[in-house]
Amino acid sequence: MKQSSDSPIILLLSRVISPYIMLFGLYVIFHGHYSPGGGFQGGAMLAASILLIRISAEEKVYELQFKKSFDIPLGAFGVLIFFGVGLTAMLLGGNFLDYHFLPMDWMSKADIRAMGILLIEVGVGLAVMTILVAIYDNLLEGEDA
Amino acid sequence: MKIINYTSLVLIGLLLIYASLGLPYRGDAEALVNKEKSLIGSPVASSYYIQNAYKDMNTPNIVTSILGDYRAFDTLGEEVVIFTAGIICFLLLSKERKSETK
Amino acid sequence: MHWELELVLYLFLIISAIVSLYVKDLLTAVVSLSVFSFILAMLFVSMGAIDVGFTEAVIGAGVTGVLFIVMIYKTSRRSND
Repeated sequence: MKQSSDSPIILLLSRVISPYIMLFGLYVIFHGHYSPGGGFQGGAMLAASILLIRISAEEKVYELQFKKSFDIPLGAFGVLIFFGVGLTAMLLGGNFLDYHFLPMDWMSKADIRAMGILLIEVGVGLAVMTILVAIYDNLLEGEDA
Repeated sequence: MKIINYTSLVLIGLLLIYASLGLPYRGDAEALVNKEKSLIGSPVASSYYIQNAYKDMNTPNIVTSILGDYRAFDTLGEEVVIFTAGIICFLLLSKERKSETK
Repeated sequence: MHWELELVLYLFLIISAIVSLYVKDLLTAVVSLSVFSFILAMLFVSMGAIDVGFTEAVIGAGVTGVLFIVMIYKTSRRSND
């Protein structure tokens, strides 16, 4: 936007609401085995909580929360987690993305598969969150300064 | 010209409603997708998921176990698509491009 | 099952879609598109697809609205046709 809103009420309210949205997004990601939700929905909620601060505050404030230059590298890291889990299973003797073969021997096979799902959900959530924030940032960037 | 537009709109709507009358009801146990065997006798995938998902990965949410384990390639492709969209936005719209090569 | 409730939701779905097509003010169009997405999410939940409804509510009613509003503030607010 050309200038952020001058009203302190909007900034105060979004500062109050944003951590709760973020907490619920983390809950959706990590509780995706037992309730509806998963990486995509939780990542979108995390992105919504970040975008709320980005709309209401000015650049000096929201750079403190989530830096603009972290967008694309963290998204690549999220995709890399997904590929890394699949390649680890492949290097240890299984097929690609076959979670039986992950090196966690202290659990039963079914629990290892549940843990593999959790790992890739974290990767998906990280990638979705950073990519949505990156699209927002890059849309604002073409503006004449 | 406007009359042709609206009549074709109404006709297509009536055609869609007529086609939707042939669909099975929601949650119909007799529908083909919900049966255990298909018409030629081969097993249907969804019955396998419902019977074995909890045994395979101790997860009560079948949707997560299908998306994350049985169909993990689909999720991988989805994530790569989103990442590509972000990269394209970054390449097209970003202004901080170094231009010392020119 | 709850077909009266679903009928009301379908009516509001069509109304919000027509409003978002024909209104001149683009900010109103974006808000009514968010209403469309939210009603659609409720319909998905009533059909039993909770995950799809969750995704529709978060993406369609939240993030898409934010991106559209950013584009409106970067361009003009009135539509020309």
